[in-house]
Amino acid sequence: MGGYSALLRVLEEMRPMEVIEQMARSGLRGRGGAGFPTGLKWSTVAKAVHPKKYVVCNADEGDPGAFMDRSVLESDPRRVLEGMAIGAYAVGADEGYIYVRAEYPLAVKRLRIAIAQAERMGLLGKNIGGTRFSFHVDLRLGGGAFVCGEETALLASIEGKRGAPRPRPPFPAESGLYECPTIINNVETFANVPPIMRKGGDWYARIGTAKSKGTKVFALAGCVNNTGLIEVPMGITLREIIMEIGGGIPGGRQFKAVQTGGPSGGCIPAEHLDMPVDYQSLTQLGSIMGSGGMIVMDESSCMVDVAKYFMEFCMSESCGKCAPCRVGTAQIYEMLCRITNGTGTPDDLKLLEELCDLVRTTSLCGLGQNAPNPVLSTLRYFRHEYLTHIEVQACPAQVCKLHSAAEVTV
Amino acid sequence: MKIDFEMIAPPSNDKRWRVVQMTMRQHGNQPNALIETLHSVQESFGYLDKESLRYVAAVLRVPQSRVYGVATFYHFFTLQPQGLHICLLCTGTACYIKGAPNLVADVEKLTGVALGKTTPDGQVSLMTARCLGSCGLAPAGVFDGTVVGNLSAPTVHARVEEWLSHDA
Amino acid sequence: MTSPVRVKTLRINDLDVSAREDETVLEIARENGIWIPSLCEIEGLSALSACRLCLVEVKGSPRLHPACVLKVEEGMEVFTNSERVAKYRRMILELMFSERNHICSVCVSNGHCDLQALAQMLDMTHVEMPYRNPALSVDASHQRFILDHNRCILCQRCVRVCDEIEGAHTWDLMGRGINARVIIDLAEPWGASQTCTGCGKCVQVCPTGALSEKGVSSGEMIKKRQFLPYLTTMREARR
Ligand SMILES: Cc1cc2nc3c(=O)[nH]c(=O)nc-3n(C[C@H](O)[C@H](O)[C@H](O)COP(=O)(O)O)c2cc1C
Ligand code: FES
Repeated sequence: MGGYSALLRVLEEMRPMEVIEQMARSGLRGRGGAGFPTGLKWSTVAKAVHPKKYVVCNADEGDPGAFMDRSVLESDPRRVLEGMAIGAYAVGADEGYIYVRAEYPLAVKRLRIAIAQAERMGLLGKNIGGTRFSFHVDLRLGGGAFVCGEETALLASIEGKRGAPRPRPPFPAESGLYECPTIINNVETFANVPPIMRKGGDWYARIGTAKSKGTKVFALAGCVNNTGLIEVPMGITLREIIMEIGGGIPGGRQFKAVQTGGPSGGCIPAEHLDMPVDYQSLTQLGSIMGSGGMIVMDESSCMVDVAKYFMEFCMSESCGKCAPCRVGTAQIYEMLCRITNGTGTPDDLKLLEELCDLVRTTSLCGLGQNAPNPVLSTLRYFRHEYLTHIEVQACPAQVCKLHSAAEVTV
Repeated sequence: MKIDFEMIAPPSNDKRWRVVQMTMRQHGNQPNALIETLHSVQESFGYLDKESLRYVAAVLRVPQSRVYGVATFYHFFTLQPQGLHICLLCTGTACYIKGAPNLVADVEKLTGVALGKTTPDGQVSLMTARCLGSCGLAPAGVFDGTVVGNLSAPTVHARVEEWLSHDA
Repeated sequence: MTSPVRVKTLRINDLDVSAREDETVLEIARENGIWIPSLCEIEGLSALSACRLCLVEVKGSPRLHPACVLKVEEGMEVFTNSERVAKYRRMILELMFSERNHICSVCVSNGHCDLQALAQMLDMTHVEMPYRNPALSVDASHQRFILDHNRCILCQRCVRVCDEIEGAHTWDLMGRGINARVIIDLAEPWGASQTCTGCGKCVQVCPTGALSEKGVSSGEMIKKRQFLPYLTTMREARR
């Protein structure tokens, strides 16, 4: 059945440092959004001198429009557990948690079964595979809070607290769960570990582009003919994904934009469809790779309305701790409400940009720092739509109900 | 004098408290079991009332204000009893793009209550979720635990209508 | 067991300073008479880094760093007052004023308010964004104290002093984002609290008129905060 063979081989044949060396060679970058090199993270924790260390899997997948982690957890939970155990061996941890969203009951169930099975077969728990290495895994359920995907908030939540992020440094690799050195990685990141161990870091590094290695799973949804999960090599173009794999736009309508990175990302217009999908290019376009959600929009979507949608999301998901994110997202949202209901003024655009800059620069955590991205990217590529709302009180896509009081709901 | 926290009596002798007590014991009655315990209370009783929050606070030795702070931080927890039937509509990005706002407006009109609220007769609660992970079936919703995709106003209408007319 | 404390030298604006390795930039700046605005931070309580007014620039880093939690480093060059940070600080203050209902002229803390003082010192002359004007309540159920949510800026000084110094943890935050509020116990009236010891520390550390003593008229609530450095030094000495 092939389960856990990579783990057993690692335990038998490799020293912890060799595992980390293979991870570094693979060039694997974290799949949770930030794209931090996984080997580097692991080696920091491995070097830390501390009697207790933890391995945490981030299965919060809070980005609305993304469901890659869910599919991995439901179809192949063992691969994730195996990746975590290999990580634990590499850094010297003996305890781990999977923080999974409560909205994924099937994933929770499959994970519970997989853990119990592995424990019964001696592949998790005490003295794994008859060696001196022990690793216990437990589940923690989220509670419907997007910010808990942020690593320090997630750790607070595992400790039973409000999911409010704290300033970094110290990073979790130095001081994480219960102030112990902790590796925290995304589901997909851990799922990539067993194949790297089986086939070697160099094998993995050969797939993808120079700086973005391997393959990436995307969740394709919205106005495309074929929706669903796709696994593609890094560097493939957006056009190939949307027009070929996705089968284009249904109903003969026009493609307008593709949103990547969820509430932390941006909207990419048609003129950039030939850009390769990798960390650098997407950032350059004002979006991010994020966790892999890809929502296609056609001409029936209003880009100001889309920006408002994401800002409403960030506003209600802000933890409320730091002032710029708490109040700034609310102010930006209310300003977008005014623009979409026809009471915006030309001065609003300037203030909107200033507020976005403020929230991005001064917020405590990644939620606030990235919250302005959907607004900034639509301002960059679809400024004319904002202007039409403000100057002639009209919505080109006929989504916004201008001059109707019902839209002002704050 | 040492207090045995396990000896603190639950708010009632309802058998469901045993499940909650078991959850707490599994975690050694430690403060870090707070969220797991609240999940267990909500699963057993449907919502969290002040009596149960006080009880959990006492057993786990967590300050009451912190328990309340946690219970109101996570949207999954509710401090109000829910309706007999639950209509949950997804407002994740894909569902939004595919018309979820119209479905929401429509069902609000039909039931006469706003999102997050329950009809006065206690029959139906309206809820939303930020992505069910069923984006391929957008717009999607969950009706009493069953995920339904490719929703349209008439299908939502029909399901909720049925629940509403069953009151008496 | 005392391990020797190492000293680090750094430069703040134009001044070369040396600091203990465990000090923050805010602390060493203060010791050297360099003022960095701060609001959630108060000496004697743990740092929260929530108000973001203490953001400073560090040479070689594109980001801004909160001085209240920024540890000193050898050779670091810090700029506390560039035009860039001055602008952001003013805007953050504007956000704070726009969030709730700060009507200084009728506030008990008028003239003795940390928020108001910062606005003056940072030349925040007007609020460019619309006021949000939320409808918020006042809790006057306690015999001696009043909680006015209209004036609260969520700095959590009350939460921290009650937890870290008094040891009662009567206060916490409920809800999240723009709907977050400070609460007492299970969001209950202050007067009914079984955990509040009535010590009044929260009232004294509150930077605005959100927490005040009963019976003072506008502009007359002067906070007494000497107890906090006093208590912390006494406790350190006892260890
Ligand atoms: C607001 C916010 C939400 C996040 N949500 C997630 C998430 O749902 N899943 C995830 O894996 N990482 C998420 N992250 C990123 C994590 O903080 C962290 O970088 C990641 O778990 C590290 O794992 P990786 O190195 O494997 O990517 C989020 C970050 C922020 C700021
Ligand atoms: S004083 Fe540093 S963030 Fe408030």
